[in-house]
Amino acid sequence: MRRAGEVLLVLLAAALVLVVAWTVPWLRFVLTIALAKGLAVLGILLLLRAGQVSFGHALYLAFAAYAIAFGAARVPETLLLLPLAAIGAALLGLLVGLFVVRYREIFFGMLNLALSMVFYSLLEKFYSITHGTDGIRLPPTTFAGQVLDPETQGWAMLCLALLLSILFAVLVRIYLASPIGQALAGIKTREARLEFMGISGRRVLLSAYVLSTLMAGCGGAVLAMTTRHVTPALSYWTASGELVFIAILGGSGSVAGPFLGAVAYELTRVYAAALVADAWQMVLGAVLLLVILFAPGGLWGMGRALVGRRRQA
Amino acid sequence: MSVLLSARGLRIAFGGLKAADGIDLDVMEGEFLAIIGPNGAGKTTFINMATGYLKPQAGQITYAGRNILGMTPRQIVRLGVARSFQLPQLFTEHTVLENTALAVAAREGVWSPFAPLLRPRFRREAEEVLDRFGLLPLAGQRADGLNEGARKLADIAMAVALRPRLLLMDEPTSGVASADKMGVVETLARVLRQSGVTAVFVEHDMDVVARFADRVAVWGQGRIMALGPPEQVLNDPDVRRDVIGIGPGEASHAAA
Repeated sequence: MRRAGEVLLVLLAAALVLVVAWTVPWLRFVLTIALAKGLAVLGILLLLRAGQVSFGHALYLAFAAYAIAFGAARVPETLLLLPLAAIGAALLGLLVGLFVVRYREIFFGMLNLALSMVFYSLLEKFYSITHGTDGIRLPPTTFAGQVLDPETQGWAMLCLALLLSILFAVLVRIYLASPIGQALAGIKTREARLEFMGISGRRVLLSAYVLSTLMAGCGGAVLAMTTRHVTPALSYWTASGELVFIAILGGSGSVAGPFLGAVAYELTRVYAAALVADAWQMVLGAVLLLVILFAPGGLWGMGRALVGRRRQA
Repeated sequence: MSVLLSARGLRIAFGGLKAADGIDLDVMEGEFLAIIGPNGAGKTTFINMATGYLKPQAGQITYAGRNILGMTPRQIVRLGVARSFQLPQLFTEHTVLENTALAVAAREGVWSPFAPLLRPRFRREAEEVLDRFGLLPLAGQRADGLNEGARKLADIAMAVALRPRLLLMDEPTSGVASADKMGVVETLARVLRQSGVTAVFVEHDMDVVARFADRVAVWGQGRIMALGPPEQVLNDPDVRRDVIGIGPGEASHAAA
């Protein structure tokens, strides 16, 4: 019964996204970007469960985005580029993860930040390859060999982002309920005990880290193919901060939180920028402040509390 | 009886404090060995060395004939050596059931990401363990909401759920209300005897020691001052004066 309710909720949310994108066409792009970022934020949520915050996850997003940019110049096929870019990001995540999972808290966060800034510098400095801060423009990508008109292409990207979001949300939920997922939460409260039970805290964190980079990679790939323009700014530390911001905004209590947060974030940004062009960051800051002060469970926690109160009444 | 855990010449010092100054000890398979002694004598340090948490500066430790010196806590627990803690080490944001199930999962292999932790088999076994400790009514409670006595028991239950061959317990009865103490130890001893677990426990309550230990080792300034059956060791005039802190003829339970 509960599971049926959840499936219904997911289908409703997906339908809502499609309906909004259909009625307000320019929001289709915004929603696709929101879902792409939501994928990366889902990875942040995973690490938050272990009590760790990465201030450098934009690295994986940017890595996959540039992989798509370089790949699209040769084989512009979405269904080939996306998995390759995501797996590439995950492999990089494994390599970096082997090193960073030895550290906790501020050291974990800052090491991730440092590595993402190294990547940013590489993108910026190697002008002959990356075109520096100008970035790279992407040709339109094909879907299973089909060349789509821009309108259909936009819908295809949104549907792809939606499918990936649902797929990974389900996957993360299963992972979190499993022994490893529970051990991951144990890293936050009593990591030493894990070792005395024969579980390696580092390996558990590494598994979550690689999964998080895989999702960031998927997000980056969708982002690149949707905006069709990649710049080093994707890897700048503020981009990573944005992911953490969205995670807190959406709430870490549920896998729905990141997507809820990402959609709210992008919409606030778009409308705030239109309303008060010079002060949209201030609006975002105020929103986050309010969430932290009055709804520490984020938007998801707020929604749940409201539903709970209505049920009681 | 064969030797299960064997320590030879263990030495470790923290600054100037010699927590182990040549410890030689054999723990026999199937026995309950109590470790007593004043605070700071190195009792917990011994457990920390035997479980790989601390590396002795000199000496040898073997378990079941295997050299375990230099192994990590993770490797040693996989050989069958579990421990419980003086201050309960629970996953505070998990329920008691989840804590215990995680120990079951740790033993069975944690790397199965597609089935939930509370799958029927793990849940059943965790409930069985909790039931034996009388903790089943608290199974659904978050670990940080328990009282000290229950936290202590849950901590030991997690170690027992690992199905160890050797269990090292650091003050299993501290924090347990004195009225419940004997009951708790009674339960614990029954569970351990049933499953044939060898136990080493640090204990301050001499009544508990007298009743449940097969042998007693007396620690003092990093050395073993006396070793033998409780009736012999606890009546040794030197031990009574230096460790238990009472003169001959006084009731032993005054020492707790």
